Amino acid sequence: MLGGHVIVLAGLLALGGCATTGQNIAAPAGPALSGSAPDAESAFASTYRPWPGVATVIRNVTIYDGKGGRVDGGAVRFEAGKVVALGASVNEGGATLIDGAGKWVTPGIIDIHSHLGDYPSPGVAAHQDGNEITGPVRPEVWSVHSVWPQDPGFSRALAGGVTVLHVLPGSANLFGGRGTTLKNVYGRTAEDMMMPGAPFSLKMACGENPKRVYGSGKGQMPGTRMGNVAMMRQTWANARDYQARLKASKGPMKRDLQMETLAGVLEGRILVQNHCYRADEMANIIAMSKEFGYKVSAFHHAVEAYKIADLLKENGICAALWADWWGFKMESYDGIQENLPFVHADGGCAITHSDDADGIQRLNQETAKALANGRRMGMTIRDEEAWTWVAINPAKALGIADKVGSLEPGKQADIVLWSGNPLSVYSRPEKVWVDGALLYDTNDPARRPVSDFELGQPGEGDRK
Amino acid sequence: MKAVFFALLLAAAGPALAAQEDIALVGGRVVTNGGAPIDNGVVLISDGVVVGVGPAGTPVPSRFRRIDTTGKWVTPGIVAGLSQIGAAEVAGEQTANDLGADKAEDSAALMLDAALNPADSSLAVSRADGVTTAVVGPAPGSRLFAGQGAVISLAAGSVNALRPRAFQYVVYGERGAQLAGGSRSAAWAEITNALEEAQAVQQGRGTPRDQARNLRITRNDAEALTLVLRSAQPLLVRVDRASDIRQVLKLPSMYPGLQLVLLSANEGWMVADEIARAGVPVVTLGMNNRPDTFEALGATMSNVGRLVAAGVKVALGTPDLDASFQPRNLPHYAGNLVAQGRVPGGVGLSWDQAFAAISRAPAEIFGLSQQGQLKPGASADVVVWSGDPLELASAPEQVFIRGEAQSLESRQTRLARRYLPGRDRSQLPEMYRR
Repeated sequence: MLGGHVIVLAGLLALGGCATTGQNIAAPAGPALSGSAPDAESAFASTYRPWPGVATVIRNVTIYDGKGGRVDGGAVRFEAGKVVALGASVNEGGATLIDGAGKWVTPGIIDIHSHLGDYPSPGVAAHQDGNEITGPVRPEVWSVHSVWPQDPGFSRALAGGVTVLHVLPGSANLFGGRGTTLKNVYGRTAEDMMMPGAPFSLKMACGENPKRVYGSGKGQMPGTRMGNVAMMRQTWANARDYQARLKASKGPMKRDLQMETLAGVLEGRILVQNHCYRADEMANIIAMSKEFGYKVSAFHHAVEAYKIADLLKENGICAALWADWWGFKMESYDGIQENLPFVHADGGCAITHSDDADGIQRLNQETAKALANGRRMGMTIRDEEAWTWVAINPAKALGIADKVGSLEPGKQADIVLWSGNPLSVYSRPEKVWVDGALLYDTNDPARRPVSDFELGQPGEGDRK
Repeated sequence: MKAVFFALLLAAAGPALAAQEDIALVGGRVVTNGGAPIDNGVVLISDGVVVGVGPAGTPVPSRFRRIDTTGKWVTPGIVAGLSQIGAAEVAGEQTANDLGADKAEDSAALMLDAALNPADSSLAVSRADGVTTAVVGPAPGSRLFAGQGAVISLAAGSVNALRPRAFQYVVYGERGAQLAGGSRSAAWAEITNALEEAQAVQQGRGTPRDQARNLRITRNDAEALTLVLRSAQPLLVRVDRASDIRQVLKLPSMYPGLQLVLLSANEGWMVADEIARAGVPVVTLGMNNRPDTFEALGATMSNVGRLVAAGVKVALGTPDLDASFQPRNLPHYAGNLVAQGRVPGGVGLSWDQAFAAISRAPAEIFGLSQQGQLKPGASADVVVWSGDPLELASAPEQVFIRGEAQSLESRQTRLARRYLPGRDRSQLPEMYRR
């Protein structure tokens, strides 16, 4: 959550980037560009490049492969930024050897719901860049344009084994804007961090937040849950209309950045990440997505996903969840500690997410807690299966499962070497590689990044 | 016979305890908090009190019902060093949240005890994860003083607080500055003025009418703060920045009866020796490691380890009502502090120190002589864990409070069972499943 010192009520309502505070700035007039739309994505293309690494073999190690498999006493080889081999033993020729006795190897953790960069530390007023609360329909904004690449939070997440994160706009708006997938590698610009080839998402939100911010906060629509749905449906209808006009248009049309994002969803290029807590509301969202012909990739927070796990499975929708958050607002009142394992046990796609600059540092621990709670309720889930909740499952929901999310030959070498079983409270990442480059090493201060903001400060990246 | 007689006396005294059976927990790893853990130990419970703790072979009188705890861990119940348990059923709904009162006339005089609800869901939820005692604190409303917090037992059916007026809460630093009008200078002036006025009331200067006219704080607040001045309750000051901690450490010398406790103290490690020399304890979350504010630029996971190494008594608690850090997870935070000691360059706690930070230390800070340890005479607040209580996979299997076995059910466990995967949905809606 944002800020350790926010007053209680405001702090809770400002939950995890779903903040409602901040300056109320008048909506800027849209640019009156005309002409054919250039490829919007290419204007802000990723400038990320992998850093140098060496061919490396970690052997004699326990491996959770990220897609549900496990190798005991196994080995993994990666070089030139890619996983090359995995198994009981691998070719060790020409590689730096690391003995993994007593240790674990996993693919890097993927957090599908982060506000690092757009609600960075320190959480001062000038840094509240996650919610464009100037109107409930803001699909034209892109989170990447708010990301401050010097957020100290990136380094903390890296120390927790996070190699990929999806930075979303907040949930004040029905249509919050585009989300962006980042490699957790510091850069001088946000584009330097963007994961090449990762699709954008559209952040949407149902429930309490939009109706509170606009109805209660500003006396405008939406003021109710039915207002939420009506406004979302009208917006999708407008997007369908835009598509039709685009198709029928003989010449260039005036550009409409809102509609470009929505059309991207309708074309399947942009994935919908939908903040929604209650079971009944998720069902409404699913119905709406069918009405307008798009798909929800994942429901986020989804505190009541366990009530409709069958419905989520039928519709191929993942549930990105906390292990045990509950009670901070009415729509979180029915939170249980078994949400993740229940969704998994019903055959669904469960994802452990953070929405939190602290929680992102311990997604392994959140997964472990939920797993243990599920087992106590009778679920049979193996450790390595549970690791899918922070690996291949979020990769699928982000449209990047062909690149990351599991340790398979050809995939990007985002790898964590843990001091012990990552499901233990006592284990920590010892080394973290991103695209085969060693970018965090607990034993080597030269391999622990310090953001510009923290340089020369009392803590200096929690290293002092 | 004696036990029965005692129970009858209690029954006559009020609507209290039914006669309890005597219980022997035999065979577990016993964490006493008063020495090294005892493997295969024995804990004897009678009349709600621990009457014996010993190694394997400790004689168990025949009237004690033996409970085999082989392979389990047996510990004192968790004491939440600060929490909001019982004070806010739904944090975001003003009508269901009694932590703060930003439109009230009084501030320091407010007693959170009056608002606490033993039926609040948070009690059952926290109890099921081993919390048996909780320090409960208010949140600041529109003024720096937030009022008086309480200490409660999480025993089912518990009605009276263990300590209804356990401490006074005031906020300094960034938040205090905002509430006081915009600066730390204003916050300092407001705090010291309030204490000066309380002193005047305490010393009976002037006629009551004069006092009422001249006081800037309410008469009720001034009277409440006399408790702080005469050592009847400690003053918890929420503060983080090292320089602010130094400033706050001046208070005990300015007001000789004032017993100071620092709350949060994320930069405490930078002035650890000064805190230790002042003999001032700290209550903190222990998990803050980001420069979340300009007063926590030095936040680090090594804070607690360094404070304890300097000789400061530290208890863990959740200073904010915040789903990301919940009292029921305090054992995990303690476990993270053990892990911090294993990170190169990190300073953490030993296992024993970490467990004390969620049991014995908070009990001592808040003057609870019956909680936090397993020793003869202590309240039988005992948890039997499936394994190492600081581990993520462990959970309480049995919880006793004052010797009484507690239910581990809550709304959450009921909901989970109602919606078990694979349930039969062919005959009736879930709402018929209990």
